[in-house]
Amino acid sequence: MKKLMTLATVAMVSAAPAMAELVFPSLSYRTGPYAANGIPFADGYQDYFTLVNQRDGGIGGEMVKVVECETGYNTEKGVECYESTKGQGALVYQPLSTGITYQLIPKASADGIPVHSMGYGRTSAKNGEVFKWIFNYPANYWDGASIAIKHVLDQEGGDLSGKKIALVYHNSAYGKEPIRTLEELSKKHGYDFLPIAVDHPGQEQKSQWLQIRRERPDYVLMWGWGVMNQVAIQEAANIRYPMDKFIGVWWSGSENDVLPVGDGANGYKALNMHAPGADFPVYEDLKTHVYDAGLAAGAGDQAGTVLYNRGLYAAMLAVEAAKKAQELAGTSAINPGQMRDGMEALTLDAAKMAELGIPGFGPEFSVSCQNHGGNGFGIVQQWDGGKWNQITDYIQSDMDVIQPLIDEDSSAFASENGITAGC
Amino acid sequence: MIYREAGDYKTSYVADAQTFPIKLDRIGYYVILAIAFLVIPFIITDYLANAIFVPLLIYSIAAIGLNILTGYCGQVSLGTGGFMAVGAYACYKLMTSFPEISIVIHILLAGGVTAGVGVLFGLPSLRIKGFYLAVATLAAQFFLVWLFNKVPWFYNYSASGMINSPERTVLGVAVTGPATTPWATYMICLFFVVILALVARNLTRGSLGRQWMAIRDMDIAAEIIGVNPLRAKLSAFAVSSFFIGVSGALFFSVYLGAVEVGEAFGIQKSFLVLFMIIIGGLGSVFGSFAGAAFLVVLPVVLKLIGSDWLGWPTDLVAHIQLIIVGALIMGFLIFEPHGLAQLWRLTKEKLRLWPFPH
Repeated sequence: MKKLMTLATVAMVSAAPAMAELVFPSLSYRTGPYAANGIPFADGYQDYFTLVNQRDGGIGGEMVKVVECETGYNTEKGVECYESTKGQGALVYQPLSTGITYQLIPKASADGIPVHSMGYGRTSAKNGEVFKWIFNYPANYWDGASIAIKHVLDQEGGDLSGKKIALVYHNSAYGKEPIRTLEELSKKHGYDFLPIAVDHPGQEQKSQWLQIRRERPDYVLMWGWGVMNQVAIQEAANIRYPMDKFIGVWWSGSENDVLPVGDGANGYKALNMHAPGADFPVYEDLKTHVYDAGLAAGAGDQAGTVLYNRGLYAAMLAVEAAKKAQELAGTSAINPGQMRDGMEALTLDAAKMAELGIPGFGPEFSVSCQNHGGNGFGIVQQWDGGKWNQITDYIQSDMDVIQPLIDEDSSAFASENGITAGC
Repeated sequence: MIYREAGDYKTSYVADAQTFPIKLDRIGYYVILAIAFLVIPFIITDYLANAIFVPLLIYSIAAIGLNILTGYCGQVSLGTGGFMAVGAYACYKLMTSFPEISIVIHILLAGGVTAGVGVLFGLPSLRIKGFYLAVATLAAQFFLVWLFNKVPWFYNYSASGMINSPERTVLGVAVTGPATTPWATYMICLFFVVILALVARNLTRGSLGRQWMAIRDMDIAAEIIGVNPLRAKLSAFAVSSFFIGVSGALFFSVYLGAVEVGEAFGIQKSFLVLFMIIIGGLGSVFGSFAGAAFLVVLPVVLKLIGSDWLGWPTDLVAHIQLIIVGALIMGFLIFEPHGLAQLWRLTKEKLRLWPFPH
């Protein structure tokens, strides 16, 4: 009985006619252990599209429709959300989950819909010759690992031999990604590498941090997400680990991670692929068109936070790629294939960023058929108790170490799945 | 009147011993099979396959497996997620090591491997019962998940620890990998479900099933009358784990295509299958199907109603879904502890007498 009812409702819903608008699905998670970090990103993503609709009348005259679907960071729900939204003309998927991205890589490639896994997902998707539909600009995890090591090298005066660097990582595909790169870099720079796993969701970390207190590594890097970040920083504060030697990846450096710990988190560092803070002209536009008009997504309280900025950035890159796609296709009602071409032809330079209202916000990069992953730039930011401060310039990752790893991983994927690499 | 048994005489032992002795039941069963095999493959879409039918069929197999262990043999097990992981990883290793052999054989072999592992983790059941056995199987759950995370041989030394299912075909049609069509994934799962459900039904109706039920009802008395508890309990673990292993192999290769063990086969999965058999009805093959349908379709329906029709915010709908599923589980345990299968049995009883009250 229930099955018949479901069949009827689903048939009715999926028989809705395709509207002449651009559909951007938002696979968000506002529930579950990762919600603290999923909510600001989803809010930022949605708010930027609302701004584009209100201020510019859409992209090239076509209004934008954001379809939000709750995944709870769960792979099965992610697949269900993908299947239910792809028929509505979805132009690009940004699942904000490495697990779901791995799921979608073969499915989206077969269905012909691009996936933008900005700074997460499968790192070797940088190789656009193998992963034609997957993009991860402006940087990826291996870049992040290398940037962190470069910052540590900077702090130690260029010599790491004999030092001990620990990695506290989420025991999933996401957390395991940097291990290979950090092992290669440890051979190159001569430090001891100590990986320490934390099981999902990461609320139990006492034993891991007691191990750190015993081993006394010189630096601790963190690849965490959701509640794991907050617990890790609290545990680090409990064992009085020096916060300025504790560096998280760009997914472990948001206000929601450090605020619960209070003053104990002061000095904690994290990477970032863009600048923190709300000091950008785009925020004035957001205030006029979105916040004051009462159209802010969610509770409207995340504006200006690191992950909200990242959501804005992700949406911005999608909008610019859509504009490029409209230009290349010669029509404003683009389809996913044209969106992919637009993404592959995207260039972001300082002038364009100033025009968008985010001067100096992110690195300059251009996407090409061979390089879907940007140039590997990132900054280091530090928490001072009230806000994140950018403490370095853009550091570029060590492509000598990373490029061979990318080539190896992507050619393994290509041979496993019978893909001919080429542009 | 509807379930008329008057005039329905069996003239052979085979007819007397059949699974569905009442004619209307038989007709219903054939109609359902006809719809499943002849109608649905032609109307199935990507969304219906991936969101409803394929998970429903796969969880039905797992629910039948757990029902054999917990419902028929009375051994409470919280290790379902871990055993599904064994099935998935066994299937993956076989697929990647012997790519020429058919995926159907790999899935059955994966079930066999899981049966072996299940027997191993079922050994404590010879000493401990009930709640304490549940804790021992919980150890199996956590140990297996840890094992597949820790030992790189299981995921072929990949950097991310995820396993991906390469494309495989059955009779020339792709059933795994991204290029499959929805009807192909649906049909292969349906094929396994029908065969395994028949096997389960006949096992539980036969002497092995009676031994299991004797152990469940009163294991000391069963031992006295000659039921070998070692063989009965371990065979229950073996058969149950075979089913769960097949379900895990299908879950990985046909449904998801890529899994990471901590997220896909965690303790949540064990609880989910346990709730399916509790809501559906312990000790009933139909109950396994009913429970699986309930717990697979209900979240999708709630999401459709909440997000698409009523337009509520997505987190509100997700939270309401948790509340409703929890309330339903509690309601079933209080008002109908024998589950949906019991409701169906009562309906059939009433229909046998309708319209006469007695």
